[in-house]
Amino acid sequence: MSLSAAPFDAAAAARAWRPPPLIANPWLRWGVYLGALVYALVGIGTVEVNWTRAAEGLERGARFLAGFFPPDFVTKREDILEGLLESLTMTVVSTAIGIALSIPVALGASRNLAPLPIYLFCRGVIAVSRSFQEVIIAIVFVAMVGFGPLAGMLTLAFATIGFMAKLLAEDIEDIERSEAEAVRATGAGWFSWIAWGVLPQVKPRLIGLSAYRLDINFRESAVLGLVGAGGIGDTLNTAFDRYEFDTAAAILLVIIAIVLACEYASGWLRRWVQ
Amino acid sequence: MPISTAPDGTPLWRRRTPRADLLVWFGWLCGVALAVACFQFISERTIWAFVWDAPQQGADLVGRMFPPRWDYANQLWKPLWDTINIATLGTALAVAIGAPLAFLAAHNTTPSVALVRPLALVVIVASRSINSLIWALVLVIILGPGELAGILAIALRSIGFIAKLLYEAIEEIDPTQVEALTATGASGAQVLTWGIVPQVMPAFAGITVFRWDINIREATVLGLVGAGGIGMQLEASINTLAWPQVTVIFVLILATVLASEWLSARVRHRII
Repeated sequence: MSLSAAPFDAAAAARAWRPPPLIANPWLRWGVYLGALVYALVGIGTVEVNWTRAAEGLERGARFLAGFFPPDFVTKREDILEGLLESLTMTVVSTAIGIALSIPVALGASRNLAPLPIYLFCRGVIAVSRSFQEVIIAIVFVAMVGFGPLAGMLTLAFATIGFMAKLLAEDIEDIERSEAEAVRATGAGWFSWIAWGVLPQVKPRLIGLSAYRLDINFRESAVLGLVGAGGIGDTLNTAFDRYEFDTAAAILLVIIAIVLACEYASGWLRRWVQ
Repeated sequence: MPISTAPDGTPLWRRRTPRADLLVWFGWLCGVALAVACFQFISERTIWAFVWDAPQQGADLVGRMFPPRWDYANQLWKPLWDTINIATLGTALAVAIGAPLAFLAAHNTTPSVALVRPLALVVIVASRSINSLIWALVLVIILGPGELAGILAIALRSIGFIAKLLYEAIEEIDPTQVEALTATGASGAQVLTWGIVPQVMPAFAGITVFRWDINIREATVLGLVGAGGIGMQLEASINTLAWPQVTVIFVLILATVLASEWLSARVRHRII
């Protein structure tokens, strides 16, 4: 092919390299695109938005944000501290209880350790615990044990079981069989087998997940107060209800600061362990 | 290896030195003491009389929840569809904002390490720290109750999640491919579209579907603060103590969440 005669060369254009698409099957690919387009049209079409209300909201939002400044840490200091302590204690206790209970569930939910009926039962527990948002579980616990941090603690412990057990069970199912077998070959009983053959293999993951869950539990404890399950969310909700937006801003800042601290601490711990 | 000697002189294998043993034991002691102290704090704020009759209350609650009022489900299809819309459109919005943000935050693609990157990281952290329910609480006050507040709340929370996981994926790409492209004289935009984007595409799709799955779960409760979806019906049913309706809502939520989880797991399995 000479450079001077360069009319459009269809064959060369067809040979030009293109990156392979993410979905190889063209029918599936275009189907997904078309489905997404149709959904977007239908979905956006059925969302009912009160635009006049939203437009008013901009002005209202400006006033609302103005109410946030300056954040007022002082007036409700006692309440904020109390809420914060409730949240932190809830986080610690629920994480401890949740982890302690999640280990047996995780062992039961590992197909390589548990017989089928126990496996199915434990998987069921995990599915129920994971499917419901913490807030919904909190509603049920508040109805059962009354308002206050105990309901929040039980909620978080319950949610921790599902989360930890699922991820831990995945790790247990991936363990090196030969190591566990070697322990078994020494004549170890079931408990020794778990303690020396299985636990050392999943320990880094267990510690990492625990730190991560501690972090999540604090974050969640900040919203459980909305349904009366104690913690800083209670204080926040009260502040909103009383239109004390400067206090609300202070609480939000405190939450962000603690979450940041938790995240750095848990990230540091996980790096140190792994 | 730590060894102690038995009285008859034979060496005994030990897992740890006595000193390490003591440290581990002390660590456990501190942990347990902390948990007990925290529990005491909670227990002081608990009216135990209410807790002791919890089994009775629970049985009573279950008794009132059954039999479920199944025909109530007919009124729930629209709120359920709204819930799915809130999650999906919120995720889409979060992707539209979070993906560019991730490129601004990643060490190897950010236009300026000193200025843009810290700014992007602050946005990511602020978005991640605040639960979507709190975002919804704020947005409902500003925009009024409805799905728009829910969509924006989901989006605001998801931006940080998507951007964080995506920028970590971008930072872990294989630099040799980028180098090869640069060596051909490709421009910055070409390096981005041909060298970096194809490498993070599977991670990106996986993260998006994963977050969508989480968002479905979160969208079910946004209605509790007035941000649309099935949570509004839940709130109304609980406030009127219509527990047979609550059961139906719980069953629908469970089914939706399980379906979305199954779908998301299938898609992620296919991609990765």
